[in-house]
Amino acid sequence: MTDVPAPAHAPFRLSMLVNDQRYRSLTFQVIVFILVMAGAWWLVDNTIRNLALMGKSFDFGFLWSRAGYDISQTPIPYTADDTHLRASVVGLLNTLIVAVLGCIAATVLGVIVGVSRLSKSWLFARLMTVFVEIFRNMPLLLWILIVYAIFTEIMPPPNAYRGDDPAASMIFFDHVALTNRYTAIPTLAMTNDPGSLDLGARITFNWATIAFVVALVGGWFIRRAILSHAQAVQDRTGDRPVTWWKNLAIMTVPSLILIWVFGLHFEAPSLQGFNFTGGLNVSNSLVALWLALTLYTAAFIAEIVRAGILSVSRGQSEAAFALGLRPNRTMNLVILPQALRVIIPPLISQYLNLTKNSSLAIAVGYMDLRGTLGGTTLNQTGRELEAIVLMMLTYLVLSLIISSGMNIFNARVKLKER
Amino acid sequence: MSDTHAQTVPFVRDTMLPSAAPPIRESGAVKWMRENLFSGPVNTILTLLGLLIVWFLIATFWDWFAHSVWNASSLNECREIITATWGDNARGACFAVIRERWNQYLFGFYPQNLYWRPTMTFGLLMVALAPVLFSASLTIRRVVLAITAVVTLWAMVVLGAPVVWLAFAVLVLAGGGYLSERNITWLLPFSAIYPLLGVWFLWGGSLWGPIFVLVGPLLGWIAWRLVSRVSPLLATVAAILVTLVFWMVFAGDATGDAERLLSLSIESVRSDRFGGFLLSLTIGVAGIALSLPLGIVLALARQSDMFLIKSLSVIFIEFIRGVPLITLLFVASLLLNYFLPPGTSFDIILRVIIMVTIFAAAYMAEVIRGGLAALPKGQYEAADALGLDYWKAQRLIVLPQALKISIPGIVSTFIGMFKDTTLVTFVGLYDPLKSMSDAVRANIEWKGIYWEPFIFVGGIFFLICFGMSRYSMYLERRLQRDHR
Repeated sequence: MTDVPAPAHAPFRLSMLVNDQRYRSLTFQVIVFILVMAGAWWLVDNTIRNLALMGKSFDFGFLWSRAGYDISQTPIPYTADDTHLRASVVGLLNTLIVAVLGCIAATVLGVIVGVSRLSKSWLFARLMTVFVEIFRNMPLLLWILIVYAIFTEIMPPPNAYRGDDPAASMIFFDHVALTNRYTAIPTLAMTNDPGSLDLGARITFNWATIAFVVALVGGWFIRRAILSHAQAVQDRTGDRPVTWWKNLAIMTVPSLILIWVFGLHFEAPSLQGFNFTGGLNVSNSLVALWLALTLYTAAFIAEIVRAGILSVSRGQSEAAFALGLRPNRTMNLVILPQALRVIIPPLISQYLNLTKNSSLAIAVGYMDLRGTLGGTTLNQTGRELEAIVLMMLTYLVLSLIISSGMNIFNARVKLKER
Repeated sequence: MSDTHAQTVPFVRDTMLPSAAPPIRESGAVKWMRENLFSGPVNTILTLLGLLIVWFLIATFWDWFAHSVWNASSLNECREIITATWGDNARGACFAVIRERWNQYLFGFYPQNLYWRPTMTFGLLMVALAPVLFSASLTIRRVVLAITAVVTLWAMVVLGAPVVWLAFAVLVLAGGGYLSERNITWLLPFSAIYPLLGVWFLWGGSLWGPIFVLVGPLLGWIAWRLVSRVSPLLATVAAILVTLVFWMVFAGDATGDAERLLSLSIESVRSDRFGGFLLSLTIGVAGIALSLPLGIVLALARQSDMFLIKSLSVIFIEFIRGVPLITLLFVASLLLNYFLPPGTSFDIILRVIIMVTIFAAAYMAEVIRGGLAALPKGQYEAADALGLDYWKAQRLIVLPQALKISIPGIVSTFIGMFKDTTLVTFVGLYDPLKSMSDAVRANIEWKGIYWEPFIFVGGIFFLICFGMSRYSMYLERRLQRDHR
């Protein structure tokens, strides 16, 4: 048996760059690379020439100059004398506030509506379908404007709550007052205030908040320890120790003690003079934006939830029942894990959408990131390029954080396949 | 014994009983209600809750709709009519604002005597779309084209279109109808040149502009035919180069010269006169038409084996998807003059269309990537086994299936984009929702009117978006090839 001689390597010819499959993709990539670089160079060159023509420079120094404008809602202390940077941070925090509140509310409402659409009650299911179709098929801007108009046009002015026989009455057991400028909600107040921790840069955390966070996080870790101990005992002996009352105690007792120690209570808003004081006056722009984002996103989440539940075949629940599982445990152990696998990825993109859509705050004058950095700061300093680039990068980072965080969660709940 | 049983049966009935009606609780409306409304305590509560909601909605809004006024010239007049007709405390809708200002909501500030032009453009759009959207069913095509023809011609007559253009519209509509009966694919050339025609109808100006835009790809095609004998790759490059060079260097001058030789122009309309649904539809349709091919290219690039192509596409898609559309619109309105050579300025609507297209294409790419990933690997291998090259495999085997799988996602991207056209209000264009309503309210006669414009504009958006989602369901059913 003779060795088959290896085919001699064909000498490289220039035409192989175009005709040979091995080299063609390389040629193609080089061409694309050159084109992209040329395009980028063209853009940068134009920008430099334009900036030179306008006598501007590209630097972010304006961030450290005095902002000189007021912001209606400031989660961290802020005055008009602060820098543009601090104003932008305030705006970013405002974006985050409405995004987080919106995501929570939209998830709750969306799950309720999505499950209700599968309800056997024909009327209720139809109503929920109408809700979903109406909110999905009209622009979000419309909902923001409508909700804002409802709040500013229909709600009574604060002085309608005045007098012995007021024209308007507070809702939720006299704790919430809806007015045409703001919504007065109760705040948490303390009789024994432990003071605040000063982090510098005028950012403070109340010790009570820190104590509660520590109690909750610590409780969560202790609960995990208890559960893993119970699992270990069960693995060893076959008997699972009773844990529910320990868990309940760990999660509630420290908080209750803290509430008692600090004298924590709700302080209801009350009308003093022209305005409500005592509680927190949440501006209608935030409430309208939050409500509209919630309703709009909930309609999408409802469809996602419905599709997720429908994707679990009926045989799964039948099998679980045949094994003798109660409906509750069937839901928790069989249906939900499989449904979540379908639900989570599109849910992530809904959260992203909600966060990005919060930039529509411009329609109601809520001072979010776009309103501060991309709005007043941009107009005052005339630094369009820097402000918009910075704003886009911030949104981009925000989106990437949300999606990567949720992807980690997704990786944990997804079906383990072998 | 086996036969004892039979003989011990004392009585066997030998006639059938006539079938009796089911018990009243098990038939008709009662049964339906028992099963669908009141099966179990939870559902009963939900049904009652539903009834409560319905009752609440009717109680709140019925009066308002029932007392609506359609004929008045100001909000105060509306209120007076309502008070005069239904008493002092009656509330009512004042839809008179829609009756008075419908033209602004539909056409913005487009010259009133030219309203027929967008109308005709929209009518011909349906003809151009027929071979693309309704190629499968002759019945649907007949209905769509018949309704389009009747509505378009009626509207053109009412809006006072010149006889020449009326004749043109009749010709195209009749031709579309005839070709749709004979062979719908013959209508495709019209679909191909429609975008240019549409632009010309809407903005006006010289016909030579669109003609020379069309000449570019024509020359490119000739170049491709000449070079393709040498090498297909070079031919593609040559075709693109020839087209671009013609557009950039020759098209502008050629248009001017041709216009001086033979004037073929109609009254031109500036971009800032566009508004209302005309603007939304222009941006929406252009964005949809452009973002689908771009999205497909991006999705294929993201699936590519070539590292550079893949990473560029990933970066582009993730960047666009990570920022809100508003910021991109700000880029269009504020930053593009930084990025382009000094002294360049081009139309704001065009800039917005470009940004909306880019935005939608990134989402489209992700949707199509899902479709590509869902395709069984065997399909790719089968294409390779048949000896198809990359583009043939994509065009004949991979893309048709991938696109079919991604239809729901594609259509929801379209719907989202069409809804997002309202955001152009933030770069100073007159969208139907906010800017137009603000413009109407700025007038003292209609100051303080909120709900009626919202209802009108929202209703039209709902019809279009809901229609699109129903169409996608129809398309899914039509393209279903697997048997369940």
